[in-house]
Amino acid sequence: MSVIPAALATATGLGGAGALAGLGLPRGLRVPVAGVLTAGVGAAGCAAGVAALGGSRWTAYCSGLLPLAGAHVAVDALAGLFMAVAGAVVAAVAVYGIGYAAGHGARGLGSRTAQAVLPLFALTLVLVPVAASVSTFLLLWELMALSSLLLVLAEHRERPSVRQAGVWYAVMTHLGLMLLLAGLAWFAGQAGGETFAALRAGAHGISSTVRGTVFVLVALAFTSKAGTLPLHAWLPLAHPEAPSPVSALMSTAMVNLGIYGVVRTGFDLLGGGPPWWWLGLLAVGGISAVYGILQAAMASDLKRLLAYSTSENMGLVLIGIGASGLFASYGNRPLAALALVAALLHVVNHAAFKALLFCAAGSVLRATGLRDLDRLGGLRARMPATAGFFALAALGAVALPPGNGFISEWLLLQSVIHGLQVPGVAVAVVLPLAVALIALSAGIAAAVFVKALGVGFFARPRDERAAEAREAPPLMLAGMGLLAVGIAALAVVPGLLGDGLDRAVGAAGLPGSGALTGGGLKVRLADISARLSPLWVVAALTAAILLAVALPRVHGRRRRRVNARLWDCGGGAPTPRMAYTATSFAEPLQRVFDDVLAPEQDVDVTPVRESAYLVERVRFQHRVPDRIEHRLYEPVLGFLAGAGRAARRLAGGSVHLYLGYGFAGLVVLMSVLAVGW
Amino acid sequence: MNGIRYVAVAGQVVVVAAGAPLLTGWMRQVRARLEGRAGAGVFQPWRDTRKLLRKEPITPVGTGPAFRAAPALLVATTVVAAALVPLLSTDTPVSGHADLIVVVALIALGTLALALAGLDTGTAFGGMGASREMTVAALVEPTILLSVFALSIPAGTTNIPAIVSGAVHQPARLASPAGLLAVAALAVAVLAETGRIPVDNPSTHLELTMIHEAMVLEYAGPDLALVELGAQMRLTLLLGLLSSLFVPWGIATGVSWAALAVALVAFAAKLLLLGAVLATAEVFWAKVRLFRVPELLAGSFLLALLAVTASYFLNGAS
Repeated sequence: MSVIPAALATATGLGGAGALAGLGLPRGLRVPVAGVLTAGVGAAGCAAGVAALGGSRWTAYCSGLLPLAGAHVAVDALAGLFMAVAGAVVAAVAVYGIGYAAGHGARGLGSRTAQAVLPLFALTLVLVPVAASVSTFLLLWELMALSSLLLVLAEHRERPSVRQAGVWYAVMTHLGLMLLLAGLAWFAGQAGGETFAALRAGAHGISSTVRGTVFVLVALAFTSKAGTLPLHAWLPLAHPEAPSPVSALMSTAMVNLGIYGVVRTGFDLLGGGPPWWWLGLLAVGGISAVYGILQAAMASDLKRLLAYSTSENMGLVLIGIGASGLFASYGNRPLAALALVAALLHVVNHAAFKALLFCAAGSVLRATGLRDLDRLGGLRARMPATAGFFALAALGAVALPPGNGFISEWLLLQSVIHGLQVPGVAVAVVLPLAVALIALSAGIAAAVFVKALGVGFFARPRDERAAEAREAPPLMLAGMGLLAVGIAALAVVPGLLGDGLDRAVGAAGLPGSGALTGGGLKVRLADISARLSPLWVVAALTAAILLAVALPRVHGRRRRRVNARLWDCGGGAPTPRMAYTATSFAEPLQRVFDDVLAPEQDVDVTPVRESAYLVERVRFQHRVPDRIEHRLYEPVLGFLAGAGRAARRLAGGSVHLYLGYGFAGLVVLMSVLAVGW
Repeated sequence: MNGIRYVAVAGQVVVVAAGAPLLTGWMRQVRARLEGRAGAGVFQPWRDTRKLLRKEPITPVGTGPAFRAAPALLVATTVVAAALVPLLSTDTPVSGHADLIVVVALIALGTLALALAGLDTGTAFGGMGASREMTVAALVEPTILLSVFALSIPAGTTNIPAIVSGAVHQPARLASPAGLLAVAALAVAVLAETGRIPVDNPSTHLELTMIHEAMVLEYAGPDLALVELGAQMRLTLLLGLLSSLFVPWGIATGVSWAALAVALVAFAAKLLLLGAVLATAEVFWAKVRLFRVPELLAGSFLLALLAVTASYFLNGAS
């Protein structure tokens, strides 16, 4: 018996047991037992995924499991990659979650419902890539959406804002499901079968209009799950309000599945398509990347900032996928494979650093009760381990060496830069813009994470609760430590992933490129001679730092470091109120991008009653709303609300009217049947 | 002959590290003379560094590890970048790894470390400097990467030694419209990245105008020496990069002592000339208002985009 079915069976069993444990056990036992079982689900899923990346494949058909169609499951390297990432994140976050929920008592994440749903959510995250038929896939997809919705709502008793976020999330995710259902059902109907194998076989016989429509529907649904524009609005609302371990899972493993869906349907099932599909994805990705990171730059809520950064990173991944599809549609398959490798590697890297960032933000939230960067500060002295983890993950997120994010962005840039070998005016116009957008988002990301780390963790506390923060308990630190080890490994020896990524790209229908090889990182393509060895960069930087530290020692007389007061231009002891806040830090950037962000300012001056010249009170309000959220959704919401109010008149309370409706309905039905439509 | 290759790398690092204060001194001297002053002499930055290194190291109360580590990190990133960029020779043991994107990212890492240190002090000045520096850096990065893009199209790679040796053998690449546009864009980006007029004034301590100086106000003694040295080295490195990319003649493309000696002389001459030009320009320019800086950077970004497009259509047609 091979590893994959055994591991999947173990995961399913553990997930079920975890759900039962969460439901049945008393309060003290509930959290640790369900947490350990959830971690087991993650570990088993990761094992299955790693086995699939190693080259094993597995397919099965259980006729009795689902009515009518039965459940088709299959694991290839592409599914394996997403399973392995989801499993690894789930395992680490579950360990973290035990410590997190233990402090909360019986409410929030520690509640019976939340603890019963968490293992199920973890299980669906691992199992969605396994599905190999439309019905199985949709069922697991919906289970994932429902369980995550319940988890988002876990803290609804504590804050009323959770409910609003929950409603947004529920509506958006089901809008996505409807699009997905329409797209996949139509696809299955045209292809003459609902298993993925039948779709793959039937895709070539479908007219290009239908294929295009299916792709647009499905891509909209999946990109909404991935949190990219324009259907991203749920993400910055739901992620901050969910309990932190849940945000970590949603922002990594769940949004990844949106990417998985795009790759699976676009490349594998539909077998690629005309350039306009991919140009569309590129545009969506590029705009999301810059818009997301700009919103993150403006956010002073730490978790909202991280959520928008997810939108940015998924945008970068979509740029890679779009570029890959574009190159493939022009027939340059090695370059297409390279771009897809870059995109998939970025998925892995993003999962690692974003999970750690959310976990660190969670420990801050747990220790201080604050998410507002303007009031945090000074945490590096009180929570050194958490601050260190946050710094490590932020280094990955800013895409600078020696962070892990740099390697995938470097690969992405390389593939886009060399994409100009591909002929075509569209390519010539789009790719420079793509480079510019990637670079702009990377530049602003640096400012964003300097802000998050510098304002949130450095300097001095601006709030009593931040001043009294205490370090997170050992289990939370252990969970974060696991993620940190993963980040370090990805940063230094990404080549270990090389073969697995090649197989995953091969499973998506593009031949492997050999872009990554063991140990170092090498891009080997016919016309590209680019090399990067992260290990060497780290070694060289370390050596140079030692050199720089030694320089003053050699030259000057060796002395002890002396403590002195802050000089501050002679201003004396600065108070915490004088320090820069997140809002003030972002102000220059906000001015630069005024036209895009459209900030709203309000000055309210209340004069004293006797005189207009004496002011009693001045109120200043400033906020940077999500413009797309407002412009795109508010009209729709307004229309729906108006329609609802108008429809109220239909039900005036008169029994005669209702009888009339019934009669009219019957007549219409009868006449339709009589005409024989 | 491997020895020469290692000497070439070490030579680049030493030339940048030891020459940086001299270049700064030279630029200050040129400015002083043009402004009708006698000036402090070319060696003054050297003397300043030596003086600072001898002072006792001071840690302001309330700062943390980021503040302590930033000066060393700033110098370290510049040293690694100096080893990668072909200033003297394109044929070095590390030339296979000398990727232009990596160099740009290393320089950005140094900026980021210093910005974090500025925030770490918790003073209003530190935060202000960090905020302004990161705003400028966020806008400079796309320009630099796009110019890189434009330059790497004719060479077919982002490997700097390959770009440079390609340019040495085919000078026509440099005279193309794409090359010239890329020079202009990259020059503005270098001015912004090194904090020179018109973006930032390196010799002012006026709170309304300063960017870089505001971040590093709290440093003293050996730490300040490292920060100053780091800034000077970055200026040298970026001017050197500019000269390597656009006036590559003289750089050793093979392995011989004579070529290396010629390269050293040529490099020094190019830097002195570039420094003099920059210093002269600074005498006649005024610093731009902080919120006009993005317009300047947007202009250079546009130039870089034009460079890429031109480069594509000129190279793609052939």
